[in-house]
Amino acid sequence: MATSEASNTTYKKIQVRRYKPEENPEKHYLNEEKGLWAWLTTVDHKKIGLMYLGAIALFFLLGGILALVLRTELWTPARNFLDADMYNQVFTLHGAIMIFFFLVPSVPTVLGNFILPLQLGAKDVAFPRLNLASFYIYVIGALFTLTAILTGGVDTGWTFYTPYSATTGGSVMMMTMGIFILGFSSILTGVNFIVTIHKLRSPGLTWAKLPLNLWALYATSIIQILATPVLAITLLLLTMERALGIGIFDPNLGGDPVLYQHFFWFYSHPAVYIMIVPGFGIVSEIISTFSKKIIFGYWAIALSSLAIAFIGFLVWGHHMFTAGQSSLANMVFSFLTFMVGIPTGIKIFNWLATMYKGSIDLKAPMLYIMIFLFLFTIGGFTGIMLGALSVDIHLHDTYYVVAHFHYVMVGGMVMAFLGGIHYWWPKMFGKLYSEVWARIAAAFIFIGFNMTFLPQFIMGSQGMPRRYFNYIEQFQPFHQTSTIGAYIMGVGFLIIAFYLIHSLVKGKQAGSNPWGSRALEWQTASPPPLHNFEHIPVIINGPYDYHKPMSEFQLGVASSHNGHHAEDTVNVPDTAPEKA
Amino acid sequence: MNRLIEYMLPPAKSTMAGETDALFYFINVTSFILLFGITVAIIYFAWKYRRKSEDDVTPVISHNNKLEITWSVIPLILVIIVFGWGYSTYIQKITPPSDAYEVRVVGKSWLWEFHYENGTVSVNELHVPVDRPVKLVMSSDDVLHSFYIPDFRVKHDVLPNRYTSVWFEATEVGESVIFCTEYCGTAHSDMMATTFVHTQEDFETWLESSGDGGEDMEPAERGEMLVQQNACATCHSTDGSRLTGPSFQGAWGSEVPLENGETVDFDENYVRESILEPNAKVHEGFQRVMPSYAGTLDDRQIDAIIEYIKTLQ
Amino acid sequence: MSSTSAIEEKRLDHVQHHFVNSDQQFESAKMGMWVFIVTEVLMFGGLFAAYIAYRAWYPELYLEASTQLNAFWGGVNTFVLIGSSLTVAMAIRSAQLNQIKGLIINLYITIGLALTFMVIKYFEYSDKLAKGIAPGNYYTYDGLEHEKANIFFSIYYMMTGLHGIHVTVGIGLMIWLVVKAKKKVFHSGYYTPVEITGLYWHLVDIIWIFLFPLLYLID
Repeated sequence: MATSEASNTTYKKIQVRRYKPEENPEKHYLNEEKGLWAWLTTVDHKKIGLMYLGAIALFFLLGGILALVLRTELWTPARNFLDADMYNQVFTLHGAIMIFFFLVPSVPTVLGNFILPLQLGAKDVAFPRLNLASFYIYVIGALFTLTAILTGGVDTGWTFYTPYSATTGGSVMMMTMGIFILGFSSILTGVNFIVTIHKLRSPGLTWAKLPLNLWALYATSIIQILATPVLAITLLLLTMERALGIGIFDPNLGGDPVLYQHFFWFYSHPAVYIMIVPGFGIVSEIISTFSKKIIFGYWAIALSSLAIAFIGFLVWGHHMFTAGQSSLANMVFSFLTFMVGIPTGIKIFNWLATMYKGSIDLKAPMLYIMIFLFLFTIGGFTGIMLGALSVDIHLHDTYYVVAHFHYVMVGGMVMAFLGGIHYWWPKMFGKLYSEVWARIAAAFIFIGFNMTFLPQFIMGSQGMPRRYFNYIEQFQPFHQTSTIGAYIMGVGFLIIAFYLIHSLVKGKQAGSNPWGSRALEWQTASPPPLHNFEHIPVIINGPYDYHKPMSEFQLGVASSHNGHHAEDTVNVPDTAPEKA
Repeated sequence: MNRLIEYMLPPAKSTMAGETDALFYFINVTSFILLFGITVAIIYFAWKYRRKSEDDVTPVISHNNKLEITWSVIPLILVIIVFGWGYSTYIQKITPPSDAYEVRVVGKSWLWEFHYENGTVSVNELHVPVDRPVKLVMSSDDVLHSFYIPDFRVKHDVLPNRYTSVWFEATEVGESVIFCTEYCGTAHSDMMATTFVHTQEDFETWLESSGDGGEDMEPAERGEMLVQQNACATCHSTDGSRLTGPSFQGAWGSEVPLENGETVDFDENYVRESILEPNAKVHEGFQRVMPSYAGTLDDRQIDAIIEYIKTLQ
Repeated sequence: MSSTSAIEEKRLDHVQHHFVNSDQQFESAKMGMWVFIVTEVLMFGGLFAAYIAYRAWYPELYLEASTQLNAFWGGVNTFVLIGSSLTVAMAIRSAQLNQIKGLIINLYITIGLALTFMVIKYFEYSDKLAKGIAPGNYYTYDGLEHEKANIFFSIYYMMTGLHGIHVTVGIGLMIWLVVKAKKKVFHSGYYTPVEITGLYWHLVDIIWIFLFPLLYLID
């Protein structure tokens, strides 16, 4: 790649000097402007990222409590403390909140917002005001949803399948409008990231030197802008179905419920990749940093993210193998489903190869990533199981599916998110958390998670259908193990919340680069100054070039535009945007 | 290992179950082997290459084409095997033999109705002969349902605007559970039925005896049986407890408050109307979800149910 | 991006703090709008998919129902929108040439044409509503044999309605541009909002160019 890059890139000479980041600065983005109003109206991507973190943590807490309510109810085969209608509402809300308000936005809006401009060496995202607007759109969507919960609830399942969703009671319209609005937040974030990555890269930061986290966010943003509008129109049609009875999806009025499923999954399958692909980016960053080693197969990882994004658009039909689409469609969707497994497998092997002969430091972020590798691999293999047509006929809509997507979403995405939070926490707040407690929490989560969801694979294989309020007695031991596991996992998350908050108050100073990373975001102070860098960074090495001295990663030109401190001249590929 | 995997699946009681299970085993075993390898590698690397000092120098290994092609091609071959295997067994699952015995299935919230060729109707009980292909032609009266018999490894969604079908050939006499696996509302998890697999003779005898077989019983007794058979009890308790629908206990002779504020006497006419046209007068505070039993219950059966409700004072 | 050559450039008022220079800001805004347009296309794409599905299932429905749509006024509206696309392009041209008066006049003409479109649309809608061809449950017209006629008109109302909302948003944006232009915000060095609103307006136009034959001209 390096040679081909050399042949069609123009170089220019830039006078650079070394900028060592200031350690534990007095003044940084957190304290430069004070007061609630300054926070609420900030256009700083870092503060917006933190506001998202707060909102998302709240929704995760709410979704988590709902999950525990479900698990507690399922302790006994018959009614325990909820009635069937309440139970149905609770599982609907658990799904909808976790997916639309936590899984889809979490990595891009929290870690993406915070880290993306830092990794590019930019002062902000391309459209800071739009960024703030998308936060408030998220909040408005959230308010709609909370209103829906308080004014009648929703019992359709998070998939809103017609005709049930067109006929049942409750606040379905309020809920779908909330998610419709939320979609725009997602789209605008995607637009912002794509443009920022294209146009706001620092001098020398070519595509070949782009951190894999950004490749992953780039792929995610593409899915966001292409898939989310289809969800928006689907939910709009569903809303109109309820409001006016337009009949497109409702068989009572001549419509077709399978068409609804096609529409819905055309978004919601790519949405799975909106959730997991940014996780891949985090894993790449952390594995390289904590192995202190150049990433293995940079292009394979970068391009497989794009491949997954692309093929991910063509597999939605695998949610409908038993729904009544043609057997030809089933065959094609089954085949493509397996094809999307290949780039995912490639990534796993690349990460393993990165650890090989590395210098591995098992700090908390790395620990979470190792848990990720194990759990996500199980999620992947069980996905292969579900992709096999005849087996899926048996397993579809059973607890096997429930366990599978929790292994992918919690075992994959949430573990990557936790890894990312632990990895960038010192950058965000300049403080270190307790490593001991972090390990204890990781152990709780690992044990609790497997206890919760491994039994569900067995239950599902034996035929236990999902979304069941009552169940037959033979499944009780599995359900009880699962419930105990869920509480253990819950304790793990509480421990995390506790020590992270504690670290803000009593944590040790982190220093600018506690992990010894070569990546650009670590070459500025922690917490960073308001405009991220006191200089314009100039990039001459890849973000994973651990064989090169740290000094080569701290180059830049003065941002005051007078450039008098030049000490050295380097050749840098020209990344200036082409003129129209 | 084998016993563990066998433990995971319900007993195989149809001709198709074997093939499905074989693929299930194959994917499980292959996955276990690969997962084991990956896990060992993760743990071994983490220990073997643990950081010894902050100044550790690591080798520059940016890529290795041979290795990368290997770990792309081997999984590719594996998944193509799985795809082909899954597809070929799937084709069997969706292609019923032309001589299959047909039963019409109607899914209603929340019961399964089975119509046989001689006009017999059974609710929540599917009776089929052993060793003979059976094709179920299914449709829904309201929302989506999904028909699932774990023991036979068959499942298909049941739709309101078209027919779908599953077929199977049961291999042993006995009972198997039927689940609804597409979420359909309040009593989704109670929408269960049982498959009774008979020998051919027993099946015919059952079919002959047709109906509920309760013509000779006392009306109230017959009514009690019908309330069970027709899944009324899924939503209407007989002990006063509140389920999806109002309880039968103490209902007779009471005044029923309706949605529109009016009241109606709980008498023969109200019961009859509610069975045949459930949404005509809905008890206040309950959902409009009861399916119609018109065509399922005849007048004498309705009389029997009325007699039974009278006894629940 | 930044280079020593750019350092001498004077920082202009309209360049936001996080951009290096005016070009970068312009390019970013333009690309942002293009990406947004892709999103819009996919959003309408959902409706087109519904249209295609029902047309494939019930081709005769479309033949029959589209006779109720007035192809003449639909055609007039097509010309009106194409004309407005031209005037918005001229508005951008004026801005590039620093002709602020021309910019404002062209924007006014565009707004006028957009309003004409909406007025014609209003008469089309009210004509249909008077006949009982209303969306969804309110459909009472009995002049059509086909049992799914209501679905054709549901699709018609959804598509043209969503398009109409886009036209309305466009009118709002154009009014905002006029206000800005009167305050002398735009000049040949800075006309980004005009450019990207123009892009948006072309999209609105193109969607209509697809809607018109697909809904009105079936036979």
